Amino acid sequence: MIQDPKSIAGKYASPAEHAELLVIGAGPAGIAAAIEGAIAGAKVVLVDENPVAGALVGLDVPLLFGGRMAGASGSKERFTESVADSIPELEEAYDRGVDVRLGTYAWGAFVNGPAVASLPCNVAGIADEASSSMIGFGKLVVAAGARDLCMFFPGSHLPGVVGANALAAMLCKYRAFNGHRILILGSGALARTTVELAREQGLSIVGLVEVRPQPQEEIADVPLFANHVLLRAEGDEAGVRAAVLAPVGGGDEVRIECDTICLALGLVPNIELLDVLGAQLAFHPERGGFVPDAAPPTTSLADVFAAGDAAGLGSIEDPAFAAATGRAASRAALGLSHPPVAYPENPACHDYQRDWMRALVAAGGLEVMACQCEEVTRADLLGVQPPRYLGERPPAMAARDLGTLLSDGPVNQDQIKRLTRAGMGACQGRRCREQVSLLLALGSNASVDAIPLPSWRAPVRPLPLSVLAAGDETRSMRKHWDGWFGISKQWTPYADIGTEREDWVANFGLDDTEET
Amino acid sequence: MSGARKGPAVIIVGGGVTGLSTAWWLARAGADVTVIERGIVGWEASGRNGGGCTHYQSPLFLEEQRLWPQMDALLGYPTEYRRERIGIALTTGQLERSRRTVRIAAGFGFTATELDPPALRKLVPLVGENAVGGVHFHFGGHANPQRTVQAYAWAIQDLGGRILQHTDALAIRCNANRATSVETTRGTFACDELVIAAGPQTGMLAAEVGAHVPLAAARAEMIVTEPLPLMPIGGADGNGIYGRQTLRGNLAYGGGPHEWLEDHRIPPARPSTPLLRSLSRRLVELFPKAAHVRVIRSWAGIIENTPDGRPVLDRLTDPANVTIATMSSVGFGLSPASGHAIRDLALEGHCTFTDIDKLSLTRFAGLPPDWRETQGWLPLAAA
Repeated sequence: MIQDPKSIAGKYASPAEHAELLVIGAGPAGIAAAIEGAIAGAKVVLVDENPVAGALVGLDVPLLFGGRMAGASGSKERFTESVADSIPELEEAYDRGVDVRLGTYAWGAFVNGPAVASLPCNVAGIADEASSSMIGFGKLVVAAGARDLCMFFPGSHLPGVVGANALAAMLCKYRAFNGHRILILGSGALARTTVELAREQGLSIVGLVEVRPQPQEEIADVPLFANHVLLRAEGDEAGVRAAVLAPVGGGDEVRIECDTICLALGLVPNIELLDVLGAQLAFHPERGGFVPDAAPPTTSLADVFAAGDAAGLGSIEDPAFAAATGRAASRAALGLSHPPVAYPENPACHDYQRDWMRALVAAGGLEVMACQCEEVTRADLLGVQPPRYLGERPPAMAARDLGTLLSDGPVNQDQIKRLTRAGMGACQGRRCREQVSLLLALGSNASVDAIPLPSWRAPVRPLPLSVLAAGDETRSMRKHWDGWFGISKQWTPYADIGTEREDWVANFGLDDTEET
Repeated sequence: MSGARKGPAVIIVGGGVTGLSTAWWLARAGADVTVIERGIVGWEASGRNGGGCTHYQSPLFLEEQRLWPQMDALLGYPTEYRRERIGIALTTGQLERSRRTVRIAAGFGFTATELDPPALRKLVPLVGENAVGGVHFHFGGHANPQRTVQAYAWAIQDLGGRILQHTDALAIRCNANRATSVETTRGTFACDELVIAAGPQTGMLAAEVGAHVPLAAARAEMIVTEPLPLMPIGGADGNGIYGRQTLRGNLAYGGGPHEWLEDHRIPPARPSTPLLRSLSRRLVELFPKAAHVRVIRSWAGIIENTPDGRPVLDRLTDPANVTIATMSSVGFGLSPASGHAIRDLALEGHCTFTDIDKLSLTRFAGLPPDWRETQGWLPLAAA
């Protein structure tokens, strides 16, 4: 049979290594999954990106580190031991023969499906600071955890504005937090666990801020500023020096000295890899937002399972729950029976997040950034205005906004992303995509679950070209590479079509069959 | 525009860049236009491509070159169009091919000059010591596809045209040698003229009116990096990849092997694959000084090709009021001109500004039914 030599057919080699069970994420769920798989006799590879490179910490990837990680620019090796020590269960994983790889990014995962049949097998892309490679897998457990929900306010770009999960990572995993006096935004379970953790480490909690009239949880011995909102953070290049609060709806300002403002407003399941894989995702408020649209630990993909916070936010009170989901995911992946996985019904966290967003918008106004990387203000976002680097906006743009776009069809964050660039920056939208959703929901008077998930794309970590560059391409990939389809007649000048020059002038595209 | 006397009712099925440009040209001519789009305008390959505006092989080339510098003003919305392009050669073979394009451009009266490596690096500072030279095309250019498709859509609305998003065309009704209406998921719409410009779905829709448009759909991929300081000329490519530095500073490049797909039931998902690693490698070779720059996205798009890779721009004889348009995977840059040509076909019966007869459907009259197999363009069986 003839095969188009320029097509993808046969261009991918089988990956050099293969895991019967690949587990991504070495938190409680991932470790339990890996150990369970090893006990069942599977060849298990467990990857975890921590410690991440200083450059990514600086970008607030994967968590909102907010410039509070001491020595982040130093060597990665320095943190490896600290990270390994912070996970005592790793020892059992090693003992059981799990191939544990810390400091390894899982930047993509791919399976054949609609519109892709060219992969030699299920593959995941992994990388360290120097290079990338592909690893084949039989089954995959995504236990990628959760990241911080961010909301901006005047001064939120200052060093010292961190997320609760990032603070926990800096305190427990990296042991490198360089703040002392912490003000916490939020008063729910996440705020409470943050208070407890900080106290264990001898840090000072100077207050909790809550936009609702009552605290969401009883948290003892911390000054509570209920019915208050953050007006602004004050500080300089060294970071936050104070937070200025005011009652919701206006009133006397309160200035609180602190070097860290910790956002404990919510967490977001890390579904990036599941989206890249093509798993069906849907908004399940009781599981914390967009998660696999299937009964945990399954996903819509036969070979892919999800555990821990990536499948839905569990209970912060009950860390053993995450491990149980991990074991179940592993057993399900290997075709073994497992106890049912029942995620707790979380309260309506998105109503809470919406209240916070509304209060922050009322207090900070529309000139606050909605997207820091691309410098898109709330006003530009809701006005669907082009980025400022394009210069003066044409007069016709003034008549366009979210309202006119809504008359064309339901709000779509990916479309608004393309028009405003909100979420298109180097942090890949980790700092802004949820608050952009909330702003769009507020701006269109819609429920946040009505805003479709903006897509995630590989690589789900920003990695250098030199790292991602394939050093292991097949000869066929190299030799038959073409700039476009390699249809020589496509580039024949029109005048030459049907003349004796037609064949002579063919092959004018970006075609390059030379090996370079 | 309300209250103005409307011209003929024209339905354009397909809110990609070709359909949008067509609707815009028709609306400018006073037609009562309705665009039927199954998703969001320009959502598919039209909004996600290299953005190049330099297609000397096309009969629409001169019109493309004439129009692009005016598009921001004509549409009233930004397209991010920038003039000029650079072709970078890393091998003498690549340089030789670039020289041939210089000769073709000269035949149209356009200037292109050869660059030695130092001159090349001055215009494209990310180029490294491995470049053997390049060509500076003092014409052509590049634009932002995402912004451009929305600009067309808004300009159509400003002229009183309608765009129905999230609307599937289900069937085309014909009567006495004419298409009379299009049945959609949002009702049935009557038309005096019908344009089918639905990308990979064009063949299926054309079959509704009995026309055979041979097309094969395929998936292709691109990558995007974080922003870098702007180079003097952002429309620079070579080494088997096409693309541009955006005005924001990102490097957006694609190329390499495509995956042929079934020509019906094209899924809405646009999955990418590990090809981003090969694209990254090609991009580092092209721009060694960008080796440290981080890749932040990749994506895939689905585009269609005719058996010879050339467009079909043709007004049918039966039904006599239907125009078929596919640009055969090279549609974005040519869109200002293709819309003009299709407008002419729909309203005048022929293209008024250039000869496009060789793009008619009749060239495929004798095409064997198994042409995809013969050309090796079959989809892969899943592993």
